[in-house]
Amino acid sequence: MKLQQATRYAILATVHMAANPGKQVSAYELAAFYGLSQHHLAKVLRTLSMAKIVSSTRGPNGGCTFIANPKHVTLYDIIVLFENDWWDTEAESEPSGVAREVSRVLSELDRITMATLRSVTIQTIINNARRSELRDRDSTTIEQRAIERAEAK
Amino acid sequence: MKEKADPQLAPVSEPQTSSVVSVDRVTLPDLPAIIAIDLDITGSEKPEYWYGLYAANQSDANSPFLAAHVDAEVVGYIVGSFRAWEFGAPRCGWVHAIGVKPDSRKLGVATKLFEELARHLMAVGATTIRTMIHIDNQVLMSFFRFQGMTAGPFIELEMSLDALSETGRDIA
Repeated sequence: MKLQQATRYAILATVHMAANPGKQVSAYELAAFYGLSQHHLAKVLRTLSMAKIVSSTRGPNGGCTFIANPKHVTLYDIIVLFENDWWDTEAESEPSGVAREVSRVLSELDRITMATLRSVTIQTIINNARRSELRDRDSTTIEQRAIERAEAK
Repeated sequence: MKEKADPQLAPVSEPQTSSVVSVDRVTLPDLPAIIAIDLDITGSEKPEYWYGLYAANQSDANSPFLAAHVDAEVVGYIVGSFRAWEFGAPRCGWVHAIGVKPDSRKLGVATKLFEELARHLMAVGATTIRTMIHIDNQVLMSFFRFQGMTAGPFIELEMSLDALSETGRDIA
């Protein structure tokens, strides 16, 4: 799926801040951490602030804090802030059977995409990322133990 | 400047931990409460289905049918099975149904039921667990994703048989 740069930045920033509840994070810190454009991030954070997903504090020590409920905010909630005209397929108005069928297939894709985005909360992403990191750590430990056992023989 | 959170996104109460939820295999006296919970959720009463399910599953380790209790009251149920070659898939665990009494939600009942079902299925050899959810059931889909489930390799397809009888098979 091709998302606009701002949308990808917004998802990363939201998940990052939600994973660090109560912590104030600046556009500069986020840009440095993920290797993104600070200028673009600042604009994205303003939109997230207007949507009341983060609070923003101005000034030299300013930054943003996640203020929404990570179990309620979904990927869809973030994406619709930045992507326009995503769900505009109109199967009914197409003139021919072929055009209607093409529109129907595209609507099918939209329906699956929307259901997926609406069911993935920010907290789910955080949880799955932690599970993935734990699995990586466990597999590394198992590999290390296997190497150690092999070397001991 | 600090801004107030949108009420729609405002934090909900976390699961209350004071209530002790226990999960066990369903017994015959649990069934009327399970039928009532299902009726509350789905709007249809199906005693034959639930009694039939109980009769078929009660002594089958591959088909866990579990009930959650709080203070001896049935507050939820989960039905699963460990099956081979369902839709051509090698053996895996399935979640067929899950339900929690509406006034007992936010107690972690569904999570406990899911974890206990997973434990039963692992005990009989399952390494993967699958389910099927209505595409518009965002709450249930969010729940399963929150437990760590993601899209699997299967996709459900359907068609109206009326369409088949109207057009015949000679289109292609």
